[in-house]
Amino acid sequence: MLHHVYKNTKRTMTEYLASEEIVVPTPRILEIWRMFKANKAALLGLILWLLIIFFAFFGPSIYPSDPFEMVGAPLLPPSGEFLFGTDYLGRDILAGILHGASVTLIFGFSATLCSVLIGLTVGVMAGYYGGWVENILMRVTEFFQVLPGLLLAMVLVTMFSPKMIIVVFAIGIVSWAPLARLTRAEFLKIKEREYVMAQRAMGATNRRIMWKVILPNALPPLIVATILGVAGAILFEAALSFLGLSDPNTFSWGYMIGASLEYIWDSWWAVVFPGLAIFLTVLGISLIGDGLNDALNPKLRKL
Amino acid sequence: MKTLIGYSKQVGYSIILLFAVIVLNFLLIQAAPGDAVTAMIGDMGGASPEMIAELKSSYGLDQSVFIQLVRYVGKMVQGDLGMSYTYNLPVLDLILDHLPATILLVVSALLMALIFGTLLGIMAAQKPNSLLNHIVTVFSLSGLASPVFWTGIILLLLFSYFIPIFPSYGMKTIGFQGGLLESWVNILHHLVLPAVTLASVYIAVYSRIARASMLDVLGADYIRTARSKGLTERVVVYKHALKNAMLPVVTMAGLQFGQMVAGAVVVETVFSWPGIGQLALKAILRRDYPLLLGILFFSVLVVVICNLLTDLSYRFLDPRIK
Repeated sequence: MLHHVYKNTKRTMTEYLASEEIVVPTPRILEIWRMFKANKAALLGLILWLLIIFFAFFGPSIYPSDPFEMVGAPLLPPSGEFLFGTDYLGRDILAGILHGASVTLIFGFSATLCSVLIGLTVGVMAGYYGGWVENILMRVTEFFQVLPGLLLAMVLVTMFSPKMIIVVFAIGIVSWAPLARLTRAEFLKIKEREYVMAQRAMGATNRRIMWKVILPNALPPLIVATILGVAGAILFEAALSFLGLSDPNTFSWGYMIGASLEYIWDSWWAVVFPGLAIFLTVLGISLIGDGLNDALNPKLRKL
Repeated sequence: MKTLIGYSKQVGYSIILLFAVIVLNFLLIQAAPGDAVTAMIGDMGGASPEMIAELKSSYGLDQSVFIQLVRYVGKMVQGDLGMSYTYNLPVLDLILDHLPATILLVVSALLMALIFGTLLGIMAAQKPNSLLNHIVTVFSLSGLASPVFWTGIILLLLFSYFIPIFPSYGMKTIGFQGGLLESWVNILHHLVLPAVTLASVYIAVYSRIARASMLDVLGADYIRTARSKGLTERVVVYKHALKNAMLPVVTMAGLQFGQMVAGAVVVETVFSWPGIGQLALKAILRRDYPLLLGILFFSVLVVVICNLLTDLSYRFLDPRIK
């Protein structure tokens, strides 16, 4: 699409063409943003996420309260004093939710980073080299895809202590397989294109072609998959902390739900609100991912 | 002949996969801090160095890692999955005891998800831009975004607390007396909430796939032929289009079976459903490594078998696959 930088003055065509007001093609990123904006659902997701990030960073300053501290009587329903009530230990639910926002973001992004590092490397190697390298790598990928992820993560965290780095690594190790598959598929498509062959003819090294030529062109679907991967990582961390398997020093939403499960009859607010927070977070990022997918691939629009 | 090679290749890969899991199990045991003897000594409250040495040799822990691996693989292959610390019973027996409950849960959830998901998807595909279509979209997005345990909790609160229709935990009412039929009705009554919870995520996924697949199929030539023959829309859809549209749904179901088993663990926790999930949770709390790894191996075994059966039946049904 061409973006006319044309002011509404009375001139002849020649004068216009000769003037400095050139016609520029819209930068690709602006075009993607334009299509993204048009998608109401995607915008909603973006707004949700901006809110969450805002609360993660500024929440504790606006509403200073330690989620671990017992600040009131236990099992208080939502009221003017405690907006979301208190749990069975008298801890402030609202403080927990605000605190949990940053925990969720940290876990979500670091776990996804871990899985991207593994998945991309495996996919790039498999897609580029082909032959027996590809075969072995794909079998390994299949192995990790078939494994019931939650169970393996549970085993890893139980055996190696529930510290944050173990949890992040465990989530990363069970979620990298789909990304590796996708990367390899993209590589297979792009490998045979002319500009790649041109690079090879010019004598570029394998490493350069893999990382500097093919990968940048394979990025769009990978970016979408990564964003949706963050959603998966958040859900995964929620499940692990719900089962009591996350770092006990972190106060995440899943942990809140798991801890108050026994007292659900006396304090439904202690489980409903943290769950709602998880739901909105994951929903937001799914909408962003879908919107981005549509904006990048208008031809492959899903319904 | 080619297909026979194809079959045996697939079976071979599955066996290798299982061996890989056994080796992985073994490596995890080796890598984890402490070993079986240390755990036992911890329970006993300390022991002299001679006793430690004796225990170690009786468990074969003083031999080289390689020999231990071979013995471990040998035992696994014979079906000996080790002994649980907490229950002092063979792991295999414990798993088989708790297995039927989980199978009941997973199978009913799977059937529910397949039937309702496909139906919803098909109906939505037939009327694009309708209210139903939007409902399906919203529903599928929420089903995917909500953590399984939270859906379970919401359903629990709605239908067991605020509107008490369904029981909130367990598989059978405690102290229930009754004939076989009444027992089964009681179990089914308890099954509804957990099964619906587990199915919810997958209904969301399958309805999306079914809708997209159905839209694809409805545009195909053979459908146009059927319509031009004068067949009613219902016959066209259900007799001709359905089977082809369902293929991606069934494929996805097969691929995601492992995830469903993992999801069952979480759902069982919420509803205190006495299956493998509960067993796994206890194993985690007590650091009962043999039990935990036995469960891991067993679930991988189940998933591998299901994938193998799916793949073999595809080769059987579709002659194009070599």
